[in-house]
Amino acid sequence: MDSLIFLFLVQDGATNGAIYALLGLALVLVFAVTRVIFIPQGEFVAYGALTYALLATGRVPGTVWLLPAMGLAAFAIEMIGKGSRMSGREIATDAATHIGLPVVVVGATFALADKSASALTNVLLTLAMIMPLGPYLYRIAFQPVADSTVLTLFTTAIGVHLAMTGLGLAMFGAEGLRAGPLTDARMEIGPLMLTGQNIAVYVATVALIAGLWVFFEKSLYGKALRATAVNRVGARLVGIRTSLSGGLAFGLAAAIGAASGILIVPMTTVYYDSGFIIGLKGFVAAIIGALASYPGTALAALFVGVVEAFASFYASNLKEVIVFMLIVPVLVWRSLGAVHDDEEE
Amino acid sequence: MTALLDIENVFVRYGQVNAVRSLSLHVEPGEIVTVIGANGAGKSTLLNAAMGLLHADGGLRFDGADISSWGIERRVESGLCLVPEKRELFGAMSVADNLILGGFRVEPTERTRILASVYERFPRLAERRKQLAATLSGGERQMLAMGRALMSKPRLLMLDEPSLGLAPRIVADIFDIVRKLREAGVSILLVEQNARAALNVADRAYVMELGEVILSGGAQQLASDPRVAASYLGLH
Repeated sequence: MDSLIFLFLVQDGATNGAIYALLGLALVLVFAVTRVIFIPQGEFVAYGALTYALLATGRVPGTVWLLPAMGLAAFAIEMIGKGSRMSGREIATDAATHIGLPVVVVGATFALADKSASALTNVLLTLAMIMPLGPYLYRIAFQPVADSTVLTLFTTAIGVHLAMTGLGLAMFGAEGLRAGPLTDARMEIGPLMLTGQNIAVYVATVALIAGLWVFFEKSLYGKALRATAVNRVGARLVGIRTSLSGGLAFGLAAAIGAASGILIVPMTTVYYDSGFIIGLKGFVAAIIGALASYPGTALAALFVGVVEAFASFYASNLKEVIVFMLIVPVLVWRSLGAVHDDEEE
Repeated sequence: MTALLDIENVFVRYGQVNAVRSLSLHVEPGEIVTVIGANGAGKSTLLNAAMGLLHADGGLRFDGADISSWGIERRVESGLCLVPEKRELFGAMSVADNLILGGFRVEPTERTRILASVYERFPRLAERRKQLAATLSGGERQMLAMGRALMSKPRLLMLDEPSLGLAPRIVADIFDIVRKLREAGVSILLVEQNARAALNVADRAYVMELGEVILSGGAQQLASDPRVAASYLGLH
């Protein structure tokens, strides 16, 4: 292999790896806070990608109706569960976040969806449509079983994944979509040509990771999320509602998923069920990072991306196999080193 | 005057087992009340139920309001706070972050003010503010747990075995702090196996056995009760 191909593969791998890093971080975050192994992470990628691609052609995506539907369902569950014990102010806040917000987003989408809308408008609309799905989903599917075992939560996550894939087919159809690049800028570094999209991926990844760092280190809610992950009972005792932390973690995961989708849809055709495989690669990175280490996960994700790039060059039929095989030595090594931690007592 | 905490005829069950049976207890504003009893008497269960970590049947009132259906966060907001036996600190976070989170339900400006007063009360915590909570010594952990609790502006502080596992000199410090907190207007409900120290600091006391209160009265009076002396204070 000559050095140019080598560089191309590394660059390709780094771009994909950056996306896997974002998804891996979201998985670690969700697991740390809620103990959910978040299989449907990839669905948010597909939803984000397809929503953005449709908006870019001036059409109104089906996700715009999913938002009020899920908001209403979450609100209904909340009211049936403990509406009678809530104060008027709490009910008003709940109605605003579950019904008011979707109504605003639906209105904005119909007002702004247009072929001539700027890429930024479409990005913001996509995030506004997808991000609230995270907390609603948590309220509907996971909060009712929040205290059960990791296995039950995992099974729930698989159910949610299947449901969301089905909804994706209903909303977007079986056809794949692709969008134009976020920017037409180009940059040459030696023999390598970086497209604007490559640069957007790197910039967005670094910005999101930096943003997450600031959120977790500096803000009260970020600290509350970490506290919930570190010690659930302690968090409850200082008055942090664990359901709030769960919703927040799911909101961040949905936003990260949607952002990843927006970043990849100009580079590859995305189908309603494309998210699963992409999410699983983030999952490989998260596992290598032991579902606990954020920097470990980010590094592992870059590694996964690069391995994938080389695998698709040398043995494209076995590309996925090689990537998922990465998990095996890690698991063997961990099973040798780890003291058995029986969480399911 | 209404009692600050009024527990009336409360039952707490773990499955078929009644961990607390028909228990009544109250804490007046400004009082230090202690609950003593052997391991497994239901003391911790009682505190956990009052805090809302466990479900309880019966009357549970705080400052006149029926709190039995309230979530923990609402109880915290109204001034009820528990320092549990296991401390339940955020080990992987700094001392400062532990304290800040203690004031999660407090206004930001107020939080800064209370944080300064907690550092004043526990200079040791100020020295170690950047250290991870998990790296603290036992006594420092207990101080951090109490400091974190104070960050929520409690009106009633419930302390579960604050002296457990600590060296005698540090135990004396902790009880000294308990006295000072009362002077600062915080009422205290103290659960202890170290009955002598607890009766020394308390105004009134309850003795629990197998989930029930078997004796109650003034702390001094109970300390001189032969039954208490024989069972809980040991022979000298």
